[in-house]
Amino acid sequence: MAEIYTPAASLAPVLRQDAVSIQKTAPLARLSFRGRAEAQAAVAGALGFALPQAPLSAATGAGKVALWLGPDEWLLLAPEAELEAFEAAVNAAVAGLAASVTDISHRQDAVLVSGPRAAWLLNAGVPIDLALPAFPVGMVTRTLCHKAEVILWRKAEDQFVLECWRSFQPYVLEHLLDAARELSTA
Amino acid sequence: MLLISCPYCGVERPETEFRYGGEAHIARPADPSQLNDEEWAQFLYMRTNTRGLYAERWRHAHGCGRFFNAVRDTVSDKFVCTYKAGEPKPDLDALARASQEKDAR
Repeated sequence: MAEIYTPAASLAPVLRQDAVSIQKTAPLARLSFRGRAEAQAAVAGALGFALPQAPLSAATGAGKVALWLGPDEWLLLAPEAELEAFEAAVNAAVAGLAASVTDISHRQDAVLVSGPRAAWLLNAGVPIDLALPAFPVGMVTRTLCHKAEVILWRKAEDQFVLECWRSFQPYVLEHLLDAARELSTA
Repeated sequence: MLLISCPYCGVERPETEFRYGGEAHIARPADPSQLNDEEWAQFLYMRTNTRGLYAERWRHAHGCGRFFNAVRDTVSDKFVCTYKAGEPKPDLDALARASQEKDAR
Protein backbone atom coordinates (compact mmCIF):
# COMPACT_ATOMS: atom_id res chain seq x y z
CA MET A 1 0.00 0.00 0.00
CA ALA A 2 0.99 3.62 -0.39
CA GLU A 3 2.83 5.20 2.48
CA ILE A 4 0.52 7.10 4.81
CA TYR A 5 3.14 9.75 5.54
CA THR A 6 4.14 11.54 2.35
CA PRO A 7 6.48 14.52 2.06
CA ALA A 8 4.65 17.82 1.74
CA ALA A 9 5.20 18.62 -1.93
CA SER A 10 4.87 22.38 -1.53
CA LEU A 11 7.42 22.71 1.28
CA ALA A 12 11.18 22.79 0.93
CA PRO A 13 13.03 20.23 3.10
CA VAL A 14 13.81 21.49 6.58
CA LEU A 15 17.23 19.91 6.30
CA ARG A 16 19.00 18.31 3.36
CA GLN A 17 22.40 16.75 3.80
CA ASP A 18 24.04 13.62 2.45
CA ALA A 19 23.82 11.88 5.80
CA VAL A 20 20.38 12.99 6.94
CA SER A 21 17.39 14.98 5.77
CA ILE A 22 14.25 16.29 7.44
CA GLN A 23 11.07 16.78 5.43
CA LYS A 24 7.68 18.00 6.61
CA THR A 25 4.78 15.71 5.73
CA ALA A 26 1.46 16.36 4.05
CA PRO A 27 -1.62 16.75 6.28
CA LEU A 28 -3.35 13.60 7.53
CA ALA A 29 -6.55 12.64 9.27
CA ARG A 30 -5.63 11.68 12.84
CA LEU A 31 -7.97 10.22 15.42
CA SER A 32 -7.09 9.49 19.01
CA PHE A 33 -8.97 6.40 20.13
CA ARG A 34 -9.22 5.10 23.68
CA GLY A 35 -11.39 2.20 24.76
CA ARG A 36 -11.55 -1.33 26.14
CA ALA A 37 -11.79 -4.65 24.30
CA GLU A 38 -15.40 -4.27 23.16
CA ALA A 39 -14.76 -0.83 21.67
CA GLN A 40 -11.47 -2.03 20.19
CA ALA A 41 -13.30 -4.76 18.29
CA ALA A 42 -15.83 -2.21 17.04
CA VAL A 43 -13.07 0.11 15.80
CA ALA A 44 -11.38 -2.83 14.09
CA GLY A 45 -14.61 -3.32 12.17
CA ALA A 46 -14.59 0.30 11.01
CA LEU A 47 -10.90 0.14 10.09
CA GLY A 48 -11.07 -3.17 8.28
CA PHE A 49 -8.19 -4.63 10.31
CA ALA A 50 -7.49 -5.42 13.96
CA LEU A 51 -5.85 -2.88 16.23
CA PRO A 52 -2.26 -3.89 17.04
CA GLN A 53 -2.23 -5.39 20.54
CA ALA A 54 1.50 -5.97 20.91
CA PRO A 55 3.15 -3.08 22.74
CA LEU A 56 5.01 -0.54 20.54
CA SER A 57 3.65 -1.93 17.27
CA ALA A 58 1.72 -0.65 14.27
CA ALA A 59 -0.85 -2.16 11.92
CA THR A 60 -1.69 -1.00 8.41
CA GLY A 61 -4.31 -1.87 5.87
CA ALA A 62 -6.85 -0.33 3.48
CA GLY A 63 -4.92 2.95 3.34
CA LYS A 64 -5.16 3.42 7.09
CA VAL A 65 -2.76 2.95 9.99
CA ALA A 66 -3.24 2.21 13.69
CA LEU A 67 -0.35 2.94 16.05
CA TRP A 68 -0.24 1.39 19.55
CA LEU A 69 0.39 4.12 22.11
CA GLY A 70 -0.83 2.40 25.29
CA PRO A 71 -2.80 -0.68 26.38
CA ASP A 72 -6.06 1.16 25.68
CA GLU A 73 -4.89 3.96 23.39
CA TRP A 74 -4.25 4.08 19.64
CA LEU A 75 -3.49 6.76 17.08
CA LEU A 76 -5.51 6.14 13.91
CA LEU A 77 -4.30 7.64 10.64
CA ALA A 78 -6.10 8.02 7.33
CA PRO A 79 -5.71 10.18 4.21
CA GLU A 80 -6.75 13.78 4.88
CA ALA A 81 -9.65 13.72 2.44
CA GLU A 82 -11.27 10.85 4.35
CA LEU A 83 -11.35 12.64 7.71
CA GLU A 84 -15.09 13.29 7.96
CA ALA A 85 -16.14 9.87 6.69
CA PHE A 86 -13.51 8.13 8.83
CA GLU A 87 -14.45 9.98 12.01
CA ALA A 88 -18.15 9.33 11.38
CA ALA A 89 -17.48 5.62 10.76
CA VAL A 90 -15.40 5.19 13.93
CA ASN A 91 -17.89 7.17 16.01
CA ALA A 92 -20.76 5.08 14.66
CA ALA A 93 -18.83 1.89 15.46
CA VAL A 94 -18.32 2.80 19.13
CA ALA A 95 -21.78 4.30 19.64
CA GLY A 96 -23.13 3.21 23.02
CA LEU A 97 -19.76 1.89 24.20
CA ALA A 98 -17.45 3.49 26.74
CA ALA A 99 -14.83 4.88 24.39
CA SER A 100 -13.33 8.14 23.27
CA VAL A 101 -12.69 9.18 19.67
CA THR A 102 -11.11 12.60 19.19
CA ASP A 103 -10.09 14.35 15.99
CA ILE A 104 -6.51 15.50 16.56
CA SER A 105 -5.60 16.03 12.89
CA HIS A 106 -4.57 19.61 13.50
CA ARG A 107 -3.01 19.09 16.92
CA GLN A 108 -0.06 17.14 15.60
CA ASP A 109 2.31 17.42 12.72
CA ALA A 110 4.98 15.04 11.51
CA VAL A 111 8.37 15.16 9.83
CA LEU A 112 10.26 12.40 8.07
CA VAL A 113 13.83 12.03 9.28
CA SER A 114 15.79 9.94 6.78
CA GLY A 115 19.33 9.04 5.93
CA PRO A 116 22.14 6.90 7.30
CA ARG A 117 22.61 9.26 10.26
CA ALA A 118 18.89 9.63 11.07
CA ALA A 119 19.09 7.60 14.28
CA TRP A 120 22.22 9.49 15.30
CA LEU A 121 20.49 12.83 14.75
CA LEU A 122 17.36 11.81 16.67
CA ASN A 123 19.48 10.56 19.54
CA ALA A 124 20.65 14.13 20.02
CA GLY A 125 17.26 14.70 21.64
CA VAL A 126 15.59 11.31 22.08
CA PRO A 127 17.04 9.47 25.07
CA ILE A 128 16.03 5.92 24.07
CA ASP A 129 18.21 3.30 22.37
CA LEU A 130 17.60 3.53 18.60
CA ALA A 131 19.99 0.73 17.61
CA LEU A 132 18.22 -1.80 15.38
CA PRO A 133 18.09 -4.67 17.91
CA ALA A 134 16.50 -2.38 20.53
CA PHE A 135 14.31 -0.35 18.18
CA PRO A 136 13.57 -2.48 15.08
CA VAL A 137 11.84 -1.36 11.90
CA GLY A 138 8.11 -0.98 12.56
CA MET A 139 8.41 -0.09 16.24
CA VAL A 140 6.41 2.92 17.34
CA THR A 141 6.57 4.67 20.66
CA ARG A 142 5.75 7.82 22.49
CA THR A 143 8.83 9.34 24.08
CA LEU A 144 10.57 12.66 24.62
CA CYS A 145 12.69 14.78 22.29
CA HIS A 146 14.46 17.13 24.63
CA LYS A 147 11.45 18.33 26.66
CA ALA A 148 8.75 17.84 24.02
CA GLU A 149 6.63 14.72 23.88
CA VAL A 150 6.92 13.02 20.48
CA ILE A 151 5.70 9.91 18.70
CA LEU A 152 8.52 8.08 16.94
CA TRP A 153 7.86 5.40 14.31
CA ARG A 154 10.69 3.59 12.56
CA LYS A 155 9.59 3.14 8.93
CA ALA A 156 12.87 1.71 7.66
CA GLU A 157 16.36 1.16 8.93
CA ASP A 158 17.24 4.73 7.99
CA GLN A 159 13.85 6.45 8.09
CA PHE A 160 11.76 7.64 11.04
CA VAL A 161 8.47 9.50 11.39
CA LEU A 162 8.70 12.08 14.17
CA GLU A 163 5.32 13.41 15.17
CA CYS A 164 4.72 16.05 17.82
CA TRP A 165 2.29 18.77 18.79
CA ARG A 166 2.49 21.39 16.07
CA SER A 167 3.26 24.23 18.49
CA PHE A 168 6.21 22.16 19.75
CA GLN A 169 7.55 21.50 16.26
CA PRO A 170 9.71 24.65 15.92
CA TYR A 171 11.34 23.73 19.25
CA VAL A 172 11.99 20.14 18.16
CA LEU A 173 13.22 21.06 14.68
CA GLU A 174 15.55 23.81 15.86
CA HIS A 175 17.20 21.41 18.30
CA LEU A 176 17.63 18.82 15.53
CA LEU A 177 19.02 21.42 13.10
CA ASP A 178 21.43 22.53 15.79
CA ALA A 179 22.64 18.95 16.27
CA ALA A 180 22.93 18.50 12.47
CA ARG A 181 25.52 21.29 12.28
CA GLU A 182 27.96 18.73 13.60
CA LEU A 183 27.38 16.60 10.48
CA SER A 184 27.62 19.43 7.96
CA THR A 185 31.17 20.30 9.01
CA ALA A 186 32.34 16.69 9.02
CA MET B 1 20.80 7.58 33.08
CA LEU B 2 18.44 5.67 35.35
CA LEU B 3 16.46 3.12 33.34
CA ILE B 4 13.03 1.97 34.49
CA SER B 5 11.31 -1.09 33.04
CA CYS B 6 7.68 -0.41 32.07
CA PRO B 7 5.57 -3.56 32.58
CA TYR B 8 3.05 -2.43 29.92
CA CYS B 9 5.55 -1.52 27.18
CA GLY B 10 7.91 -4.34 28.15
CA VAL B 11 11.00 -2.19 27.62
CA GLU B 12 13.42 -0.21 29.71
CA ARG B 13 13.11 3.54 29.33
CA PRO B 14 14.93 6.53 30.81
CA GLU B 15 13.61 8.01 34.02
CA THR B 16 12.63 11.28 32.29
CA GLU B 17 9.68 9.49 30.65
CA PHE B 18 8.22 8.65 34.06
CA ARG B 19 6.47 10.46 36.89
CA TYR B 20 6.51 9.46 40.54
CA GLY B 21 3.15 8.67 42.10
CA GLY B 22 3.77 8.13 45.82
CA GLU B 23 3.44 4.98 47.92
CA ALA B 24 1.60 2.04 46.32
CA HIS B 25 -1.10 -0.23 47.72
CA ILE B 26 -2.94 2.44 49.70
CA ALA B 27 -6.64 1.68 49.32
CA ARG B 28 -9.03 4.59 49.35
CA PRO B 29 -11.60 4.12 52.14
CA ALA B 30 -14.84 2.73 50.74
CA ASP B 31 -16.97 5.34 52.51
CA PRO B 32 -14.96 8.48 53.37
CA SER B 33 -17.93 10.13 55.09
CA GLN B 34 -17.78 7.47 57.82
CA LEU B 35 -14.22 8.48 58.80
CA ASN B 36 -13.27 11.07 61.37
CA ASP B 37 -10.70 13.75 60.53
CA GLU B 38 -7.81 11.82 62.01
CA GLU B 39 -8.55 8.67 60.01
CA TRP B 40 -8.98 10.71 56.83
CA ALA B 41 -5.69 12.54 57.44
CA GLN B 42 -4.08 9.14 58.00
CA PHE B 43 -5.25 8.01 54.57
CA LEU B 44 -4.35 11.28 52.83
CA TYR B 45 -0.98 12.12 54.31
CA MET B 46 0.64 9.39 56.38
CA ARG B 47 3.09 7.16 54.48
CA THR B 48 5.47 4.50 55.72
CA ASN B 49 8.44 6.31 54.11
CA THR B 50 10.66 3.26 54.43
CA ARG B 51 14.42 3.39 54.40
CA GLY B 52 15.23 0.54 52.02
CA LEU B 53 12.82 -1.29 49.72
CA TYR B 54 9.64 0.70 49.10
CA ALA B 55 6.64 -0.18 46.92
CA GLU B 56 5.57 2.92 45.04
CA ARG B 57 3.45 4.04 42.10
CA TRP B 58 5.04 5.30 38.92
CA ARG B 59 3.43 6.54 35.72
CA HIS B 60 4.90 6.12 32.25
CA ALA B 61 3.74 9.66 31.51
CA HIS B 62 5.64 10.16 28.24
CA GLY B 63 5.12 6.60 27.02
CA CYS B 64 2.06 4.40 27.35
CA GLY B 65 0.57 6.70 29.99
CA ARG B 66 -0.10 3.88 32.44
CA PHE B 67 0.33 3.80 36.21
CA PHE B 68 2.23 0.77 37.46
CA ASN B 69 3.97 -0.23 40.69
CA ALA B 70 7.66 -0.51 41.37
CA VAL B 71 9.84 -1.70 44.22
CA ARG B 72 12.69 0.75 44.65
CA ASP B 73 15.48 0.94 47.19
CA THR B 74 15.23 4.42 48.69
CA VAL B 75 18.87 4.28 49.79
CA SER B 76 20.51 3.31 46.47
CA ASP B 77 17.68 4.44 44.11
CA LYS B 78 17.94 0.98 42.52
CA PHE B 79 14.72 -0.43 41.00
CA VAL B 80 14.31 -4.03 42.17
CA CYS B 81 11.22 -4.84 40.10
CA THR B 82 8.18 -3.31 38.43
CA TYR B 83 4.73 -4.84 38.03
CA LYS B 84 1.33 -3.93 36.62
CA ALA B 85 -1.26 -2.07 38.65
CA GLY B 86 -3.61 -4.49 40.40
CA GLU B 87 -1.00 -7.21 40.84
CA PRO B 88 -0.25 -8.19 44.44
CA LYS B 89 2.48 -6.47 46.41
CA PRO B 90 5.68 -8.55 46.36
CA ASP B 91 7.21 -9.76 49.62
CA LEU B 92 9.57 -6.85 50.29
CA ASP B 93 11.50 -8.69 53.03
CA ALA B 94 12.24 -11.59 50.68
CA LEU B 95 13.30 -9.18 47.94
CA ALA B 96 15.57 -7.34 50.39
CA ARG B 97 17.24 -10.60 51.45
CA ALA B 98 17.67 -11.64 47.80
CA SER B 99 19.27 -8.35 46.82
CA GLN B 100 21.55 -8.46 49.86
CA GLU B 101 22.73 -11.94 48.91
CA LYS B 102 23.27 -10.76 45.33
CA ASP B 103 25.35 -7.82 46.55
CA ALA B 104 27.36 -10.05 48.89
CA ARG B 105 28.40 -12.32 46.05
